[in-house]
Amino acid sequence: MIWLDTLVQGVLLGGLYALFAAGLSLVFGIMRLVNLAHGDLIVLAAYVILGICSATGMNPFIAATLALPVMFVFGWLLQTHLFNRVLGEDILPPLLVTFGLSVVTQNLLLEFFSADSRKLAMGAVEAQSVTLGPFTLGLIPLATLGSAFAVIFALNQLFYRTALGRAFRATSDDRVTVQLMGIYPQKVFAIATGIALMVATLAALYLGARANFDPTIGPARLLYAFEAVIIGGLGSLWGTLAGGLVIGVAQAFGAAINPEWQILAGHLAFVAVLLVRPRGLFPRAND
Amino acid sequence: MAILSLQNVSKSFGALKVTDDVRFELAEGEALGIIGPNGAGKSTLFNLIAGNLRPDEGVITLSGRDVTGESPMQRCASGVGRSFQIPQPFGHLSVYENLLVAARFGGGVSGHDAPALCMDILRRTGLAESAAKPAGSLSLLSRKRLELARAMATRPRVILLDEIAGGLTDGECVELVATIRGIHGEGIAIIWIEHVLHALTSVVERLMVLNFGKMLMIGAPDEVMASPEVKEIYLGIEV
Repeated sequence: MIWLDTLVQGVLLGGLYALFAAGLSLVFGIMRLVNLAHGDLIVLAAYVILGICSATGMNPFIAATLALPVMFVFGWLLQTHLFNRVLGEDILPPLLVTFGLSVVTQNLLLEFFSADSRKLAMGAVEAQSVTLGPFTLGLIPLATLGSAFAVIFALNQLFYRTALGRAFRATSDDRVTVQLMGIYPQKVFAIATGIALMVATLAALYLGARANFDPTIGPARLLYAFEAVIIGGLGSLWGTLAGGLVIGVAQAFGAAINPEWQILAGHLAFVAVLLVRPRGLFPRAND
Repeated sequence: MAILSLQNVSKSFGALKVTDDVRFELAEGEALGIIGPNGAGKSTLFNLIAGNLRPDEGVITLSGRDVTGESPMQRCASGVGRSFQIPQPFGHLSVYENLLVAARFGGGVSGHDAPALCMDILRRTGLAESAAKPAGSLSLLSRKRLELARAMATRPRVILLDEIAGGLTDGECVELVATIRGIHGEGIAIIWIEHVLHALTSVVERLMVLNFGKMLMIGAPDEVMASPEVKEIYLGIEV
């Protein structure tokens, strides 16, 4: 029974990791850009929400809805004025630039918000839970998992049901030929990064609701996100969700065996999946 | 007025002049064939017209408007459609979606009108039955058809066809030529680079010969093909 409970808690934790990973997966899928600053941008979004909360006294959920458009615009500007300048045949320049952005973001956050651990005060909902049969599930972790499903579902709808989504996929396939179809790849990329940072903002909301954060925790979130994307298979959004759940469940079981093993167990699961399926669980059919 | 005109257009890659003082006008609805040996600068000429390359010298106009400095996206919006020698479908999109992308973003067709337009083009290019297939799974003939169909979906006024008949069997070639003739019949101007001469000459009204980036000749197909110079350079026949 305790193991079943561990499994459920792991799945709930996995929802958070899937949210970390969804934005990374989106950006990688469309422009083959590995954004090494993704974790730090999630932390940045958490501070944006925190900033809105402390300035206005709002509930973090409402503050997050204000932060969403702010982060979209920030992502759009970031792509337009920074990433688009370095995207090209060579994969090294974008890696270096996003790595640099990671360092800069951490240091700016340290400068403005200090190294103190912070948390988003969610109010009464934080302690509330529902009992489903033998399981007691926290409302916030449930909302996290529900949001992860909703985000992946919405992104899939966007990708496969809308003109913008077709532009995303066409640009992902061939960013030169789309220009002859009247599509501006750099604008497509800017919108994609804007959306990715909106997803990062949702991830930040639940990150801040669940645990403490400080300016230095970005790189570890990036690592979990990266592992989730790879486990799921590059370019597959549902795969990314599955990848997040795998990491979450592995960490929960690791922690149940010995609290020191939580992080290690996640990494071991990553290695194990790669050994069995080197291209991830749901690789794209014809790459 | 000419739909497309090139005036003294030149382009060099380093010391190599790949397009050398090319000048011609394409009338509304006209079909022009381009022939020339490999490396004559035929595809470069298409890159210049479609906006993938900027000329070092010269002016390119569409319906009298100078578009020399415009991007491929702007040229597409101004009515230049292009098919590639080596088909470049969006492999993860279905055949139908390939056309939708072209129609919405290239042709400026509304979301409401795009499906009907795309299905119509698919029917005319013989792709209706493949509409739902991933474009990456198509045979060579179907890929070539898709190149044509996708260029059509951008609602071009001039369409650039780059060796679209190359690599096809005779039977396939005949089908494709019939489709191209249909497009020409709708009044869309065509510039067609092709090595399969009988396919080309059965459609075009004028033929241009390129060699080392220079225009050697332009005129009626039989006149051009009868020229000793062309026979020697292009067909490799000693005269």
